[in-house]
Amino acid sequence: MRRLGEYILFLKKMFSNREPLTTYVRLFFQECINIGINSLFLVGFVSLFVGAVIALQMAYNIVSPLLPKYIIGLATREMMILEMAPTLSAIVFAGKVGSQIAGGIGTMRITEQIDALEVMGINSASYLVLPKIIAGMAMLPLLAILSAALGIWGGYLATIFGNLSPTEDYIYGIQNTFVSFEVPFAIIKAFVFGFIVTSISAFKGYNVKGGALEVGKASTDAVTASCIAILAADFILADTLLS
Amino acid sequence: MIEIKNVGKSFQGKEVLMDISATFEKGKTNMIIGASGTGKSVLLKTIVGLFSPNKGSVLYDGRDFHASTIREQKIIRGEIGMLFQGSALFDSLTVAENVRFPLNIHSDMSESEKDDKVNFYLKRVGLENAAHKMPSEISGGMQKRVGIARAIVMNSQYLFCDEPNSGLDPQTAWMIDQLIHEITQEYNLTTVIVSHDMNSVMEIGEYIMFMYKGLKIWEGTKDEILDAEPKELKDFLFSNKLVRTFKGI
Repeated sequence: MRRLGEYILFLKKMFSNREPLTTYVRLFFQECINIGINSLFLVGFVSLFVGAVIALQMAYNIVSPLLPKYIIGLATREMMILEMAPTLSAIVFAGKVGSQIAGGIGTMRITEQIDALEVMGINSASYLVLPKIIAGMAMLPLLAILSAALGIWGGYLATIFGNLSPTEDYIYGIQNTFVSFEVPFAIIKAFVFGFIVTSISAFKGYNVKGGALEVGKASTDAVTASCIAILAADFILADTLLS
Repeated sequence: MIEIKNVGKSFQGKEVLMDISATFEKGKTNMIIGASGTGKSVLLKTIVGLFSPNKGSVLYDGRDFHASTIREQKIIRGEIGMLFQGSALFDSLTVAENVRFPLNIHSDMSESEKDDKVNFYLKRVGLENAAHKMPSEISGGMQKRVGIARAIVMNSQYLFCDEPNSGLDPQTAWMIDQLIHEITQEYNLTTVIVSHDMNSVMEIGEYIMFMYKGLKIWEGTKDEILDAEPKELKDFLFSNKLVRTFKGI
């Protein structure tokens, strides 16, 4: 509970004594490149293969001749959009970006760079963390959209190269009984997960005390805590928005 | 001028600073000395506002820092420059960008004016040829000089240095001491240096304050320090061979 209170105070600190807006705009675009664009390859690669594996495993499990082959496309679409794209992207994001944020800010803490900012009259929490959080909340939904598209495409490629079903069936499956709310639902999830990963990781890094060992521990803790929070939020959002 | 009045600070019930008062005058190199763990750095961080004192006040030319509003504190901070023990240069920025950083935050200068000012201060600390290097590409002594340039680029009135020559060879340490002393006189700064290096004290210390276990034990000049009475100060001083040589013992 104490850590939760500290986390809330940390978030509150970001919004007091802020710098001019122009400072954040520049930092925001830098962070979008740092944490968003640089995650493209990893998220894309993972999503492509996850989509392909979902298609393969669906084909493997369809043993009844009564089940239509378009189920492969339908299941791949549902799994990718509803769960895999936002959640898996967030987990990958936590591993890559979360540890980078915690390590980077933690190193700044132990090398007194954060103190240097404070002495210059800069609200270090706001200056260092706010652009990262906003960039995370902007970029993770975009990554999730990309992930969903690549996952569905990965399933399509698996259908072709694995000769799982006629491609027309797969295309029909990904269009069949499509509920358009699933897309904003996935985006909302990714938006929340973006906040969770960046804020928790920054909090862990910002509060490092000690040396290099503690920075490494903070990076690991950031990923662990982010993953737990992502899964808890995933359940709460699904229960709230889909019921 | 900086006045600290009856400053006390404790962490989790443990008193680290006890009722410390001192006056650091303008244009002088003021030094806070003492063994490791005596509260020197905590006092420095309390003076610059990184810690809030549990009691007492810190006055910058009559302005009570800790009683000021955030806006007033920001104005005072615009007049403060600090050189950290490990230099605390921003890893992701070049030498020139590090020096330029406070200007980007606090000044309304044009880009060319900022360039001119950065070049001027880099030249002043003898690093005009290292402007485009990253902090990791320069030596510890050069990093300290960049830290000094960054600390004074805003036309600072107050310069704080935390162990400015730790980790440096004696020649480079002497050079950093001289640079700080010259800059203090050149720009009429109120300079406060935390150190346990007696070489620095004997070279550039004009006002010296000795701390022991969170208390101010003695204050005076470098001419008086060798004849000072407190046993704690004598133990600290005469553990150093250079001072023993000065004293002739």
